[in-house]
Amino acid sequence: MSALKTQKRTGRPAPELIFGDLWEFDPAPETADPKLKPRYDLFIDGRFVAPRGGETFDSINPANEKKLAEIGLASVADVDAACQAAARAFPAWSKLPGAERGKYLYRLARLLQDRAREFAVAETLDGGKPIKESRDFDVPMAAAHFFYHAGWADKLAYAFPGATVAPHGVVAQVIPWNFPLLMLAWKLAPALATGNTVVLKPAETTSITALKFAEIVQEAGLPPGVVNIVAGAGETGAALLAHPLAAKIAFTGSTEVGKLILRSLAGSGKKMTLELGGKAANIVFDDAPLDQAVEGIVNGIFFNQGHVCCAGSRLLVQEGVAATVLAKLKRRIQVLRVGDPMDKNTDIGAINSKAQLDKIRDLVDSGVKEGAELYQPACKLPAKGWYFRPTLFSGVQQSHRIAREEIFGPVLAIMTFRTVDEAVEKANNTAYGLSAGVWTDKGSRILKMSTELKAGVVWANTYNKFDPTSPFGGYKESGFGREGGRQGLADYVRLG
Amino acid sequence: MTRLSITKTPKVYVGGAFIRSESGRTFPLVDAAGTFVGHVPQCTRKDLRNAVEAAAKAGPGWARRTAYNRGQILYRLAEMIEARSTEMVAAIALGGATKTAEREVAATVDRLVYYAGWTDKYEQVLGGVNPVAAPYFNFTVTEPMGVVGVLAPDEAPLLALVSLFAPAIACGNTVVAIASERSPYPAIVLGEMLATSDLPGGVVNLLTGFRKEIVPTLATHAHLRAVTGVASAEERKLIETGAAESVKRVKLTPAEKPSDWQADSAQSLYAIRDLVEFKTTWHPVGA
Repeated sequence: MSALKTQKRTGRPAPELIFGDLWEFDPAPETADPKLKPRYDLFIDGRFVAPRGGETFDSINPANEKKLAEIGLASVADVDAACQAAARAFPAWSKLPGAERGKYLYRLARLLQDRAREFAVAETLDGGKPIKESRDFDVPMAAAHFFYHAGWADKLAYAFPGATVAPHGVVAQVIPWNFPLLMLAWKLAPALATGNTVVLKPAETTSITALKFAEIVQEAGLPPGVVNIVAGAGETGAALLAHPLAAKIAFTGSTEVGKLILRSLAGSGKKMTLELGGKAANIVFDDAPLDQAVEGIVNGIFFNQGHVCCAGSRLLVQEGVAATVLAKLKRRIQVLRVGDPMDKNTDIGAINSKAQLDKIRDLVDSGVKEGAELYQPACKLPAKGWYFRPTLFSGVQQSHRIAREEIFGPVLAIMTFRTVDEAVEKANNTAYGLSAGVWTDKGSRILKMSTELKAGVVWANTYNKFDPTSPFGGYKESGFGREGGRQGLADYVRLG
Repeated sequence: MTRLSITKTPKVYVGGAFIRSESGRTFPLVDAAGTFVGHVPQCTRKDLRNAVEAAAKAGPGWARRTAYNRGQILYRLAEMIEARSTEMVAAIALGGATKTAEREVAATVDRLVYYAGWTDKYEQVLGGVNPVAAPYFNFTVTEPMGVVGVLAPDEAPLLALVSLFAPAIACGNTVVAIASERSPYPAIVLGEMLATSDLPGGVVNLLTGFRKEIVPTLATHAHLRAVTGVASAEERKLIETGAAESVKRVKLTPAEKPSDWQADSAQSLYAIRDLVEFKTTWHPVGA
């Protein structure tokens, strides 16, 4: 039956429109002013303060390798000052009536919406993601997270029936560079709504929007010390997470670093939530609407240059339609526009850092060496900046590094399967368990797959959808705890 | 002439069978007066690995049981203990005062009834439908974590052990539990009651022995998805360090702060919550 269907589909190919290099798009640069300062200091106790050690580091625009701003580097003493400030702010903040705390969060949401375009531009300049993504996804979703959690602040008793609810105290949060502002929102909103105070460290390559957000914290009139932001790299993060005043820690980043944190904080009694890496299977059955599936596969792996922990980086296609899907995918990625992230037409922007680009190259080289078949479209890349072509690997074996390790780049590993059981087996054959995708026309199969897949989020006939009401987080080595929804709220309270 | 009684060889309940340690080692058990009672298996890390294997095998079948069925089986276990409570009281008291032991057995039965009642309700309280701002039916359900390691304390050796594993199996996990080192005998007798309770073999596996020998492997065994129970500061550090490699979920209460296992606070919906994963599915809505 599947063979028949395939024949039907491949029998008369649809007319193709390949734009390629036939004619150029006019550039459509975004022109809103990101209002960047030449220098960003640390945000401690409601004020911007210079780092005690006087050290700074540069934030680089990955699209052209130009320096955007100088960022104050938080030392151990700065981290300590931030934690002390958060501890001082905690008693009053946690005792504030929930409705009043909620109003502060509503303010944050509204102020962020007011300055949405400015933040979107800053985010794209600092991180390299296409402006259409920061404008239409990152910033609005960040505001939505504050708006959603604002309403919880005075309704916590309904979230945890039968239990008394108390905040932890000072929460230490370390976030990654792939969704800098959105991850800040995912972390701050539930922590503040439940009455905790926060010290947050953005990733060293993307500190700007976090420190711009500190301006919003001031505009909203949050009491000093409720939100503190310290910039820096791994050392700053380690000092923050290990700080004795940090009762709870929340980390989003790689599984490798997550394990280091677990080891270093073993026996400390700190509450932890970790949102770590992934190697998600995106599974396409032969009855799936293939054109829609191809769009979903492309969105699943090339969204945000593939810098997504839940990226659908392993494509599992049922054998009968594998050739068709691969052909459609190749055709589709030929028309992806790779280049200037500030151009509104750009689909794939800049790779966040040189280090990340090197990592992607290394893994792609390993894919070729291990015998998988590489396909890249012949698109032109800008001369300056860090870019990588959208990449497909077919004929991938489960043992290949590109099928096992998180690449965190625009690289898709394609494998095939015959039966439902084989799809489940292959999808679950990974140490990770963050997300999965299922493409099929059959509702009962969606629910069967969702039941069998060991993953925290399962997308059916869609991919990379997020919502503040929808809990997100992993199984197995993808970490523990959830973000979003009532389930995510639970990680920021002590239940008695 | 008085009849010479038949003494029982203490064996641990693993994979639905009664076994002695693969090592052949035992340690002596004495009663309240210090008189020899029997030789208790001194289980090893190899016994632990075997028990994890048994628990892993039993896992999918147990998780697939209906919530109603799991509830009935937990209730059946309560029935089995209630009916043989005299024997269990004797196993705890070992010739000593029976007053506290009686209270402990009664509370154990009640605790099982409490969790039997949760099996078909916790999902409705913990999971739910999420009103996402897009045309999807988005829902969050719980799933068991898998094989859970349980470290029972010495206080209330029966009640604490049951209070720790009941929430784990109520939501479909399978368990490998290390019984109290000081008072292992109630766990031996409990195994005999588990065996007659309709609980499938391998769902609860009980080991006796020395924690120092077993805990390091409990910490690092990758097939154990979670560890729960009571542990000393030194053990907590050891377990959390060992658990890091497989990002195992660890939920330990400090041995330094004794819990009141009789109290209502020793049972909770949120003890079940600690041992489930949340899975969210986005299902499209459309024609």
